[in-house]
Amino acid sequence: MSGGGTRDGSLEQLKREGRIVVVGASLAGLRAAETMRDKGFTGSLTMIGDEPHEPYDRPPLSKQVLLGNAAADHTALPRRRAIDADWRLGVPATGLDMAARRVRLGNGDEVEYDRLLIATGVRARPWPNPEEGELAGVFVLRTRDDGEGLQRALAARPRRVLVIGAGFTGSEIASACRERGLKVTVAERGSAPLVGALGAVIGEVAAEMHREHEVDLRTGVMVTALEGDPAGRVRAAHLSDGSTVEADVVVVSLGAQRNTEWLAGSGLGAGPRGIACDAGCRAFDVRGIVTDDIYVAGDVARSPHALFGYQFLSLEHWGNAVAQAETAAHNMLSESTDRRPHLWVPAFWSSQFGVNIKSVGVPPMGTEIIVTQGSLAERRFAAVYGYQGRVIAAVTFDNCRWLPFYEQQIEGTAPFPPPFTTVDRRPEGNKPVPADFPDPSVPTHGPTITLSGYSPADRKMTFTPGH
Amino acid sequence: MTQALLREIIDYANRANPYPLYEELRRTPVSHEGNGPYVVSTYHEIQSLLHDPRISSDSRNLKATGDDPLGQSADDEGTALPPSFLKLDPPDHDRLRRMTNRPFGPPHSPRRVHDMRGELHGLVDGLIDGIATSGDLDRVDLVDQFAYPFPVTVICRLLGVPHEDEPRFHVWAETLAASLDPDPDADPAQRGKGTMDARMELGMYLAGLIEERRKNPGDDMLSQLATADGPDGAMTTMEALSTSALLLIAGHETTVNLITNGMLTLLRHPDVLKRLREDPGLAIPIVEELLRYEPPVQLLPQRTTLCDIEVAGVAIPKGASLWLMLASGNRDPKRFENPDRFDPDRKDIQHLGLGSGIHSCFGAPLARQEAQLALSELARRLVNPRLLQDPPQYRQNAVLRGPRHLPIACDGVLPKAG
Ligand SMILES: Cc1cc2nc3c(=O)[nH]c(=O)nc-3n(C[C@H](O)[C@H](O)[C@H](O)COP(=O)(O)OP(=O)(O)OC[C@H]3O[C@@H](n4cnc5c(N)ncnc54)[C@H](O)[C@@H]3O)c2cc1C
Repeated sequence: MSGGGTRDGSLEQLKREGRIVVVGASLAGLRAAETMRDKGFTGSLTMIGDEPHEPYDRPPLSKQVLLGNAAADHTALPRRRAIDADWRLGVPATGLDMAARRVRLGNGDEVEYDRLLIATGVRARPWPNPEEGELAGVFVLRTRDDGEGLQRALAARPRRVLVIGAGFTGSEIASACRERGLKVTVAERGSAPLVGALGAVIGEVAAEMHREHEVDLRTGVMVTALEGDPAGRVRAAHLSDGSTVEADVVVVSLGAQRNTEWLAGSGLGAGPRGIACDAGCRAFDVRGIVTDDIYVAGDVARSPHALFGYQFLSLEHWGNAVAQAETAAHNMLSESTDRRPHLWVPAFWSSQFGVNIKSVGVPPMGTEIIVTQGSLAERRFAAVYGYQGRVIAAVTFDNCRWLPFYEQQIEGTAPFPPPFTTVDRRPEGNKPVPADFPDPSVPTHGPTITLSGYSPADRKMTFTPGH
Repeated sequence: MTQALLREIIDYANRANPYPLYEELRRTPVSHEGNGPYVVSTYHEIQSLLHDPRISSDSRNLKATGDDPLGQSADDEGTALPPSFLKLDPPDHDRLRRMTNRPFGPPHSPRRVHDMRGELHGLVDGLIDGIATSGDLDRVDLVDQFAYPFPVTVICRLLGVPHEDEPRFHVWAETLAASLDPDPDADPAQRGKGTMDARMELGMYLAGLIEERRKNPGDDMLSQLATADGPDGAMTTMEALSTSALLLIAGHETTVNLITNGMLTLLRHPDVLKRLREDPGLAIPIVEELLRYEPPVQLLPQRTTLCDIEVAGVAIPKGASLWLMLASGNRDPKRFENPDRFDPDRKDIQHLGLGSGIHSCFGAPLARQEAQLALSELARRLVNPRLLQDPPQYRQNAVLRGPRHLPIACDGVLPKAG
């Protein structure tokens, strides 16, 4: 059958008896599958996931699970409806034949599709030295198994935990450790926690939160080596400032890598920065031509956003995975004129040291910041990021009920600095200051938003026009 | 024309069914005339204003125009007590609400409301038993015999206010609730005085209780408000007074309407009543749909602009009075399909019935639990209930709208469960 969804009835046929394959059986994959069934897709649906578990939720892993308030195996995602799928769990997809419309699996099977959705997400960036990374007591945190292992290690009351990297996940881990009364050191290459995601002004607030909760926060340093004992357990870490931290649990929290290697050589526009797609979630091939039958959603996708200068955004945001999956599913089963763009305004939340942090828009695009409500000192505020005279993002600490307003300001390309008075405007919020993001060519881990298609660190590019 | 429409909405003659008037009102999402308030009647506009930091709930920001045609006084709280957090902006609002929340809800008291379930059940059982033994099932007033005493008893227990004092504070509460009502015919001076006296007396009454709790604290909320000393420090006596006055009044002037409007709606939709009888779990979506369809708080008449803003193409100047017509927004066809249909199976039900934003109903978890329990038990135990008067007689209040009496008859009362 034809995958091209034209008005000759093939779309109807696709919906009735087509074959849809979803690679990546997690948040985006599941929500897409549910949406397809909701839209009346009655054909065959195959869900391929390399993890052995049914789809589960990740945000609780660094919060409730680490606190011991929820078991890691109790984070299964609630099902919106039955999806009647052929589940291939515990088997990775290892290759894609675009011409033959086939996905190759790790066990040698091949699955044919009329439409393919790729939602393979990202994985934790491992410790760069594999031998050190293998030491017992060294963890990353991305999967349910990671969460379970780390929670068990914390429950055994280690004498000290070292968290490498103070992005959102690292900070949440540190917060959970303190809440459990564990000693914790955080080592961060940047000048403050969260600085890559929210800039140094807010990073300073985050740093105070760490210190106030008696986290041993070391900024401007890198961990250069992990040291094990003769039994192969980690016992210490060496820092670039010459100091040593003794710790029996080390959590490597250095951001994520996109799961795209399995697509190497397939001809799809997939690489270390994700899979490029158009605003309708259709993947590009390596020639920059949009495909008709391959769609992308979730953490692995990079798509252009009209509100942000058509930058290709990669978002490691829960809400993005859901919204993009729904759009992809809709578009997979629609005539071209009925397709919808994925124009979700980026939004993220985190919870650490008892503070509820939320952001909308793209903070790292901001060059200036102004506190429009509350106060940084009280850690209860709303702050707005400005970019070329307009509002580009906002962040709230314990003040999230105002966020929908700032989202509207972003959508309405409102002027920056905001000219109006607000309730709870303090004197400190009377003028903008530099938002102070680190130089983008110095890689910071886990900004959770990647701004453009190529890495600013990739200074050397070769362009080879084909035939 | 708008003003005429507003008058009609406030006019008691239209209390039983203001919805056609709201429909007319929605033709102009923001309407305004003369010195009257800017009336916002459409869902999306109301929703965004509830999250708009340029909108204040503090009436001291209202530009006193003096000749408000609807006789709203700029500060109806008088000077007897400072404004409660309902009428304050951040940061004061946030601090007081936070402190009040400590003994009431998560994260510090996550189980308070939940743990009241058994007690609430006992009260509901007792009141329905009372209906059974009253002897006259041909004429039961659901308000006097059930929907009023239930939430009053609950809020008294929660706060630690002696239930015997109900007749005393009932009068003050009624007066204060009435002060919310923009009654065009009342003499503002007269009313202002009555309101002030009621606040004063209620304040003095509560001051006595708080004084006592400071010496002899119990585990009720009054004791906790009086003695709390968390990260935000302690409440001043005046703050504790206005907060407890707010809880006492809001705790029983709204739930009574939710329950009564609920029973009235169910009796008008016997199919839904039957489903609820068979499946008490349906009470959850029913109460949500009720909060959309017949919200106990119909409008919020106390907001004002901190600067010039624009809403739906209308420029609203700084210091203007805003009325947010929640009940109208809840029936906005641009937001809800078939908005005039009562449909507990509705999936998409983000209603405005409990407000939204920082002032969203503080007591919501309790109100929901009370209404769910009340409606499911009434549905289960009353045999063949029917309305004796439709529409029933309504209370005067256009803001806190609900029947004054709800006469029903039934063929019997089933025994309580267990
Ligand atoms: C600890 C933690 C805390 C978080 N907290 C927050 C938060 O507070 N707020 C927020 O907005 N977001 C948070 N996130 C991010 C959020 O969880 C992600 O955005 C979301 O999970 C993305 O969903 P996804 O389906 O795109 O990708 P994933 O959830 O990563 O799923 C991809 C799946 O594909 C599988 N896969 C990969 N390669 C293959 C292959 N070749 N074949 C088959 N299967 C494959 C993966 O194993 C994985 O199961 C958090 C993430 C983590 C890890």
